[in-house]
Amino acid sequence: MKLLTLKHGLVLIVILAAIIWLLPTFTNTWPHKKINLGLDLQGGMHLVLEVQNIKAVEAELERTADEIKKELRQDNILHQGVSRQGNMLVAQLPDQESKAAFEQIISKEFSNLKVTSAGVQDGSIGFQLKLPEDEMDMIRKMATDQALETIRNRIDEFGVSEPDIRIQGKNRILLQLPGINDPDRAKDLIGKTAQLTFQLVDEDAGIDAALKGNLPVGSMLLYEKRTDPATGNTTEIPHVIKKQVLLDGSLLVNARVEFDQFQQPQVGIEFNRKGAHIFDRITGENIKKRLAIILDNTVYSAPVIQDRIAGGKAVITGNFTMNEAKDLAIALRAGSLPAPVTIIEERTVGPTLGADSIRMGMISMLVGGVLILLFMTIYYRKSGLIANLALILNIILIGGGLAAFQATLTLPGIAGIILTIGMAVDANVIIYERIREELRWGKTAAAAVHAGFDRAALTILDANVTTLIAAIVLFQFGTGPVKGFAVTLGLGIVASLFTALVLSRSIFDLVLQKKTTSSLSI
Amino acid sequence: MQLIKSDINIDFLGKRKIAMVFSGLLILASIIGLVIHKGPNYGIDFAGGALVQVKFNQDVSIGQVRDSLAGLNLKDLSVQDFGEGDTHEFLIRTANTGSEGTGLAQAVSAAIEKGTGIAPEIRRMEMVGPQVGDDLKKQALLAIFYSLLFITIYISGRFELKWILSGVTAGAMMAAVYFLSVFNVSMPILITGALVVSLALFWRLRLKYAMGAMIALIHDVFITVGIFCIFDMDFSLPIIAALLTIIGYSLNDTIIVFDRIRENIKGESDKTGLPALFNQSINQTLSRTLLTSVTTLIVLLALFFLGGEIIHNFAFAMIVGVVIGTYSSIFVATPIVLFASLKRING
Repeated sequence: MKLLTLKHGLVLIVILAAIIWLLPTFTNTWPHKKINLGLDLQGGMHLVLEVQNIKAVEAELERTADEIKKELRQDNILHQGVSRQGNMLVAQLPDQESKAAFEQIISKEFSNLKVTSAGVQDGSIGFQLKLPEDEMDMIRKMATDQALETIRNRIDEFGVSEPDIRIQGKNRILLQLPGINDPDRAKDLIGKTAQLTFQLVDEDAGIDAALKGNLPVGSMLLYEKRTDPATGNTTEIPHVIKKQVLLDGSLLVNARVEFDQFQQPQVGIEFNRKGAHIFDRITGENIKKRLAIILDNTVYSAPVIQDRIAGGKAVITGNFTMNEAKDLAIALRAGSLPAPVTIIEERTVGPTLGADSIRMGMISMLVGGVLILLFMTIYYRKSGLIANLALILNIILIGGGLAAFQATLTLPGIAGIILTIGMAVDANVIIYERIREELRWGKTAAAAVHAGFDRAALTILDANVTTLIAAIVLFQFGTGPVKGFAVTLGLGIVASLFTALVLSRSIFDLVLQKKTTSSLSI
Repeated sequence: MQLIKSDINIDFLGKRKIAMVFSGLLILASIIGLVIHKGPNYGIDFAGGALVQVKFNQDVSIGQVRDSLAGLNLKDLSVQDFGEGDTHEFLIRTANTGSEGTGLAQAVSAAIEKGTGIAPEIRRMEMVGPQVGDDLKKQALLAIFYSLLFITIYISGRFELKWILSGVTAGAMMAAVYFLSVFNVSMPILITGALVVSLALFWRLRLKYAMGAMIALIHDVFITVGIFCIFDMDFSLPIIAALLTIIGYSLNDTIIVFDRIRENIKGESDKTGLPALFNQSINQTLSRTLLTSVTTLIVLLALFFLGGEIIHNFAFAMIVGVVIGTYSSIFVATPIVLFASLKRING
């Protein structure tokens, strides 16, 4: 009589392994990791951002237009404008001579541009220039990659433990931020383009005329937001700003929170050597003029330059709160986004709701489970106990599997486990009903059990494959909580196949080996 | 203990006309529900929009919450009492999305505090942009389509042991989808087209088990969707997961009965005895069918009553699906296989 065969050993190993993997979740001592909880259970924020990367293409075109104009100026070629229109460049040239010169410059210096049409219009020669499709694709892709990097830096500085940040599709970024206390602040920080520029105020232009839409060429209207600390009311102050960017945030090396003489927070910035040099020059050239510090098209301050500023240090004031100043410093240090981002999907779960969900899930699992155990014991008596043991081990196997594969447990995932508890007894029921039938036909206990398992095995496999197919498809298409459901459902099916076909059978074999009678409690 | 006596022999197939009328009525009710509600009631996962779940630590009436939000100009605003008992929880939904959605939770919280004098706790906030909603809808339909495709291959192959034929069916299904997608038709039409093609092929190729299982599946999913629609419950991503699980579960039941039919039919050459044989097979597997459904229903009811509001609709969909799935494997799938088998002798 062999009590412990190879099969029994294998069963024991599988169960032990599951327990070892599962233990850390409850005891916190074992070296292996705990079961991951989804954002819906531990609280946190799920965001999907769309990078407006067409804006990166447009910015590239604007830059190219500026460069072309610079080249034309250097070679003293007359033109009537080079500008971006949509996602192409449009150039107007007065005569054949300048046309030829222009064409030469394009083919020599800007050979990547494709001339799509050139025609005479109102006495001038018009050019339409386009970036090739693959180059636009590359700019778009780089914008997304760069946005991901910038956002990752910001999140790291913000201090989120175990964030998950990844690119989804062509221009989307998926962020999973567990345990966020202040979702609005996090969203503000992530969504900030943080495009910092220094531009001169157009002192010749009248504000009133500008407000009526009468803007000088090369200037634009921007606003400064001022919040009265006493009343909390915000007023918007218009400024006419020259479009030319003297210096931008790309030359920053550091940004940190400082305090002014009234202990109000402000953001101190520091340029690299090249930046410091430019800053020194522009402050020297524009003494007594107003220099606007502009962030994301909002004027923060427009102080009058009193003196040449060497050393490359400046401050941004703008009655910040402490958190605003901190976040602005983070955003400036982490760099600006290459293109604006918009939040297209957001799911935030508060920590108390997550805890409630876990509690309710566990209660329903416990109640459902106990009811099933009772039912099986009453219905199948001692054999029911074997099925119950299989069921309990089934849950342990699912838990162990979740921990071993570092899968994420979500609320629908808990529902999946509960559903599997109901379905897991199915395999045992199929086997037991078959054994009962065989017993009715007058077979001995051992023979009935043998036949029952053999005949039921294929049926059980068939029946479970279909649910497994559904689980696999769900895993493939689902995200977040739904994926969690698919994982537990799939694990549950595999576990129940194992417990019913291997484990239960081994126990029956053991029990029947000792027995000489043909009676079976089923 | 036994719920079902071992010598039981209920004439299930004799009642197939009643069953047909019953199924017909359910389908009709589903169609009427769908027409009245103008299609499924898509939640924010698919339609786009935003929801904010708020909780108060004292009694606040639903009217107070609604009134305090009136000034926010939220499109299609709805406030719903959420949670059971005295939890003072409300679910606020709106069609607003995108840039308007940014800071929505803050705006809602501030407006409620101003209107009621009590600061709510923001328990949950979800915002889905319209583009994302469309993507999720497309993905969900694709998931349903792929699971149907794989299950079609599996059942036609496994049951008739005609893997080549099942490959042909799958190919035809995909070809149908390809041709329909060339004409840029909507996903539901695409799936319907694919189903019609595969059913026609099952009939033509005499894959009777596959056909029976497939019709039962469509029957179950359609009625579940219909009942959801009649009760005006939200369709969300977890509900799609529930539907796919129902597909798997319903087949599971059907397969057990079919397995027994095939086992009993072996060596049986006299085809006039088929109705009795089919009936016998259902009866032999009846206790198993009912037991599994009962145990599954026990846990689902526990989940429905104790699992909390968020999982409520999911549990409801599963309960409906399990009941309909159990019914359909006895009263829909098997009669169709019998019908197809009898046709074969006559024709």
